[in-house]
Amino acid sequence: MLERVREKLKILADAAKYDVSCSSSGSKRKNDNNGLGNGHMGGICHTYTEDGRCVSLLKILLTNHCIFDCAYCVSRKSNDIERAAFTVDEVVQLTMNFYRRNYIEGLFLSSGIFKNADFTMERLLRVVKKLRLEERYNGYIHLKTIPGASEELIREAGLYADRMSINLEMPTESGLKLLAPEKSHQDVIKPLGDIQNQIVQFKEERKLIKSVPQFVPAGQSTQMVIGATPETDKDIMHTAAAFYKNFSLRRVYYSGYIPISNDKRLPLLGTQPPLIRENRLYQTDWLMRFYGFHVNELLNDANPHLDMDIDPKLSWALRNLQFFPVDINVASYQNILRIPGIGVSSAKKIVQARKFGKLRIDQLQKIGISYNRAKHFIKCADSPYQLKDYQSTQIKAFILAESQSKYLKNDSSQLILF
Amino acid sequence: MIYVFDGSLEGLLCAVYEWFERKPGKTRLVTTAQYQPEAFTEVFEVLNDTKKADRVWKGLQKKLDKGWMRRYYCCYLSEQPQAYAHLFELSCSLFKEAAGAENNYGDPHVLAVSQWAKKVEREKHRMEAFIRFQQTADGYFYCGIDPDFNVLPLIMGHFKARYADQQWIIYDLKRNYGLHYNLDEVREIQVPAEDRHRFKKPAASSLSEEEAHYGNLWKDYFKSTNIAVRKNTKLHVQHVPKRYWKYLTEKQ
Repeated sequence: MLERVREKLKILADAAKYDVSCSSSGSKRKNDNNGLGNGHMGGICHTYTEDGRCVSLLKILLTNHCIFDCAYCVSRKSNDIERAAFTVDEVVQLTMNFYRRNYIEGLFLSSGIFKNADFTMERLLRVVKKLRLEERYNGYIHLKTIPGASEELIREAGLYADRMSINLEMPTESGLKLLAPEKSHQDVIKPLGDIQNQIVQFKEERKLIKSVPQFVPAGQSTQMVIGATPETDKDIMHTAAAFYKNFSLRRVYYSGYIPISNDKRLPLLGTQPPLIRENRLYQTDWLMRFYGFHVNELLNDANPHLDMDIDPKLSWALRNLQFFPVDINVASYQNILRIPGIGVSSAKKIVQARKFGKLRIDQLQKIGISYNRAKHFIKCADSPYQLKDYQSTQIKAFILAESQSKYLKNDSSQLILF
Repeated sequence: MIYVFDGSLEGLLCAVYEWFERKPGKTRLVTTAQYQPEAFTEVFEVLNDTKKADRVWKGLQKKLDKGWMRRYYCCYLSEQPQAYAHLFELSCSLFKEAAGAENNYGDPHVLAVSQWAKKVEREKHRMEAFIRFQQTADGYFYCGIDPDFNVLPLIMGHFKARYADQQWIIYDLKRNYGLHYNLDEVREIQVPAEDRHRFKKPAASSLSEEEAHYGNLWKDYFKSTNIAVRKNTKLHVQHVPKRYWKYLTEKQ
C-alpha cells in the first residue's frame, strides 16, 4: 500500500514538473479555525531543486491519463509512459503530512483530462473541499482550471483555492493549432475571463460585507511554452502584455521547451532548452510590471528579438542614449528606475537619501547599485568630467568586457531552427 | 571614550541614555566580552536600568515607524558587536537630528543598520523555509536548528499561527534554548546539558512509525520534480547554502 503511493508520487510528480509556477504568495488566508496552515503573503520557498527552481508547493497531477494528444506534453495520449492516478484520500493525506513537517507551503493540483472536463474538474474539487472542510487545512492551494469544465464547478472551486491557473501553452493561436489541433486560445480566454469577473465581484461585495468568503485571493496565472514553435520574442511579450491587461493576471510564466518527443513539428530530442531566452523574457516581464516600461519600448517591429548577450533594460538604454545621462540627484523616481544597474529597492533608497544632501559615487556604491554598469548612464555629485561622448556600441563593449556572464560556461549559441 | 555594556538590548538602550546624560563626545560602544583595556581612553561601564531603557525605547517609538522599530530589533538580534555599535550611533543621531533622519541612506549607520536587519530577516525567512519537523513517537513535531542569528523570537508567531493543531518544538542548539507549543501557548524551554545530545539528532527509535515513510516520500518527490537537463548547481547552492543542508530531509 505504502509502496504503491510511493510509485504513484514518482510518476505523477514527474509529469507535473513542467508546470513551472510554484509561487505561494498573494494569499493571506488566516488560520481562524484552529486548524493547520496559515497563509504567508510573500510566499515561502521551502527548498530548491538541483536545477535551481524553487519548491514551495507539492506539485502533482491527480492522474496522467489524458484524452488529448498535444505534441508538446509528456502525458499526451500517444506517449508510451507509465500511467497512474491518485485517489482523493491519497492526495489529502500527502498534503497534510507534508505540510505538518514544514516540507511545503501548499498543494499545486493539476490533472490530465480523463473521460471529460467536468469529470476531471469534479475530482479536483473533491480534493480541495475535503482539505478545507474536513481537514481544516488553511495552507495554500493552487488549482488548475480544466478548460471546458462547467462554470458552476469552476466557481465552486474558486471558493476553496488560493490561486487558479490555466495555461495558454503556445504564445500564438497558430502555434497552438500546429501542436494541439484540438485546443484553441478561446478555451483559455473564457474561463480566465469568468474567474476574473468573479474575483472583482467578490472583492466589491467584501468591501461592503465582511463575511463574504474569499474568491481566488491570490489571483490567476498562466504559462506559455517557448522555443517549441517559431514565435518571436515580440509575439510572446505582446501576448503576455495583453493577458496582464485584460485579465489582471498575477503572473505569466515562460517555460523553455524541453524536448520530450520525436515529433517532426518540434525541436529534436537532445537540444538544449532555451535557458537564456527564457531568462531574458522574464527580465522583460519584470520591466513591464515593476519598472514602468511599455512592451512596445522593449520589443517592436524594429527589434522583434531580445538581445541574448545583454539584458533588455541595458539594450533599451543603448538604443535610447538621448535619455541619458540621468542626474541621480534631481531625476524623478521613474527615470531613475530606467537606468541600467539600478533596481527598485536601490532607486527607492536613492530618492530617500538625496533629501539629505547630494549623493556621491561612494554612497551609491554602498547603497548597492551596480555602479560599473550604471556609470555610463548617470551623473551624480562627483561624477568625473567626461570629454568624449561614447557610441552605444562602445558602451556595450565596455560593459561586456568587465562583466562575467553566468551563461558563458554553457553558452551553446542557440541555433535558429526555423 | 569607550562605553562598555553587557550585550543586552536593555544595556544598549541604557548606553544611549547615559550618553545623552553626559554628552562625552565621540564614543565607542563595546560589549563586556569584547572589551580590551586601552591606555589613553576613558572607560564608562553602563549599568542596566529598566526605567532608563524604557524611556529610550519609548523615545525611539516616537521617532521611528513600525518598519524601522522592527529593523532596529532585528539588527539587535544579529548579536554582532559591529551591529550594536551602529545601533548606538544611529540612536544618538536620531535623538539629535530632525525627524526623518532614519531615511538618510547616505549615512553609514542608517545603511548598516538596515543591512544588518536585512540579513537577520533573511535568516528568519530561511528558518521558516528550512525547518523540517520530525514527528516523534509521542506525537511532538521536533526540529533542532543552529541559525547564524538569534531568530527564534522572530519566527515564533509564524509557527504558532501555522501549526495550531499540533505540538511542536524548535530548539536552537547553538544558543541552547527552544520554543515549545503546547496547543495553547508557546513556552521557552531549556534542556539540561546531559540531555542535549538527544536533541541534536533524535534517534530513529524515538520517531513515529510514519516518519521514515513520509521522509522517503519527500525525498522521492524532491528527486522527481527536478529537470535534469536544466541542472544549475550554482543557482541551487546559492538558494540553499550548504550550511543548511544538515536540516533538510531531502539532502540527507
